[in-house]
Amino acid sequence: MSDSNPEHRPVRPVIWARLLLILPFIAMLWVSSYNSATPEWGGIPFFYWYQLVWVIISAVIIAFVYQLER
Amino acid sequence: MNVTALVVFTLLFLFVTWLGFFAARWRRGDLDLLHEWGLGGRRFGTFITWFLIGGDLYTAYTFIAVPALMFGAGALGFFAVPYTVMIYPLLYIVFPRLWSVAHKRGYVTSADFVRGRFHNRWLALAVAFTGILATMPYIALQLVGIQVVIGAMGVETSGFIGDLPLIIAFVILAAFTYTSGLRAPAMIAVVKDVLIYVTVIAVVIAVPIHVGGYGKMFAAIPAAKLLLATPPANSYGSFSAYGTLALGSAMALFLYPHSITGILSSSSARVVRRNAAILPAYSLMLGLLALVGFMSIAVGVQAMPEFADGFKRYSNNFSVPALFMALFPDWFVGVAFAAIAIGALVPAAIMSIATANTYTRNIYREFINPACTDADESKMAKVVSLVIKAGALVFIFALPLQYALWLQLLGGVWIIQTVPSVILGLYTRRLNGWALLIGWLVGFVLGTWMVAANNFAPVWPLQIGGTSFPCYVALIALVVNILISVVLSVVFNAIAPGKEQDLTLEEDYS
Repeated sequence: MSDSNPEHRPVRPVIWARLLLILPFIAMLWVSSYNSATPEWGGIPFFYWYQLVWVIISAVIIAFVYQLER
Repeated sequence: MNVTALVVFTLLFLFVTWLGFFAARWRRGDLDLLHEWGLGGRRFGTFITWFLIGGDLYTAYTFIAVPALMFGAGALGFFAVPYTVMIYPLLYIVFPRLWSVAHKRGYVTSADFVRGRFHNRWLALAVAFTGILATMPYIALQLVGIQVVIGAMGVETSGFIGDLPLIIAFVILAAFTYTSGLRAPAMIAVVKDVLIYVTVIAVVIAVPIHVGGYGKMFAAIPAAKLLLATPPANSYGSFSAYGTLALGSAMALFLYPHSITGILSSSSARVVRRNAAILPAYSLMLGLLALVGFMSIAVGVQAMPEFADGFKRYSNNFSVPALFMALFPDWFVGVAFAAIAIGALVPAAIMSIATANTYTRNIYREFINPACTDADESKMAKVVSLVIKAGALVFIFALPLQYALWLQLLGGVWIIQTVPSVILGLYTRRLNGWALLIGWLVGFVLGTWMVAANNFAPVWPLQIGGTSFPCYVALIALVVNILISVVLSVVFNAIAPGKEQDLTLEEDYS
């Protein structure tokens, strides 16, 4: 299919940036690093807010890689 | 009976029914073509794809079951959060490649891709079969969400009269899926998500006010539920169980036919990439929703006499509906329950479309009627989507709920066995189709046996040296599968090099 649509331009992978995408895996699989009640944040134990913060961090990393590769 | 809630619930349900039929006219396409009916013409942009995949992955069953697990088992239930943290890097890296090759070659299912890549129709059949088998119990479980909220509003849910609301809901679902295809759930997903977000925000604000802040809420949770148990000496205990459950579930998720349908229906690989960055918004919501299980503990719904009957009938799955009824005015209970019920319709529709696509493309057209026209193909898929939904309905009425739960657990173990063919296949052609098929078979049988031998618990007490490493069964079976696929590929390729054709080209993948 011939394509002039810019949405279909091939993406050029930026390898060093893609390596950042390993970070969420390391953080989440290293369970002993976050199975703790302290430090609390607004009454929420560390175990819970830390993992929720990683939802945001990983989204930011993906957005960053996307911007670089655009 | 809670009349106010029931009226609000019914009105919202009628609205999405109308929307489902109206969707046939939206971005009009020739619904006699499978990629129009079953993929919405591959035309969904970033925004609609976000709603569609969000509605697809975060199902009504999730909204009931994840908090119920937190309610019953505590911190372990929170594995849903690291699980959804890990799926999006995978989505970003791997699946735009699948989108590209599917777009260039006209593939509608993952088995289509495997067929083209390895030129092996039996391997494609294995992938198709696995996808259908793993999705069926998933559709059945969506019904549980509807059943629980209808029961919670005081409508009788036993006997034929009790089954009637579910039957009506499914007839409506079947009808608009038949006429509108994937356009219907895509449109309804928008309504569903607005309702879900409103409900979650209301809960997250109302509950801490009710119990006096998050600190008080967590203080009400028994210590054993608040954190994972510290592993004993020489064991990774609950830590490796938690981590492998999250990782294995993440690897399995995008291989389900309904996930693939969501991905392939988007209008470009860039839309898929963009969504990998914005879909985590749903994970935040899921995390907050998981905490609703703890809120139910803190509010003490289980001890309230008015909910005793509900807990007896639906066990922990009743914790979320009970919390809503304990806290909210009746009209808002109707909104929240409608969110859950509509949240069941969206994934159930996509799942039935995805399995129908798979059956039609990879079993019917490949093995039964190769001469069928495009219109026959589309017609067949529509009929199969009806059969699949009827099957799910019979499943829920005729068999104990426990079977659906077991099969859904097995579904995850099964679908992950397609990782070598689909995900590794996107990167390398060096694997041999027959080797992959044997690896798949061994992984499938081994995983099934381990789950059964383990009394249907998902975590296997793996021993490595003198150390215990409790691990999600799906991952163990996958490792064995990959080893066999790789070793046999080397052997087969040495015996008969380059005999199988690859129908895809390198440039198809970017």
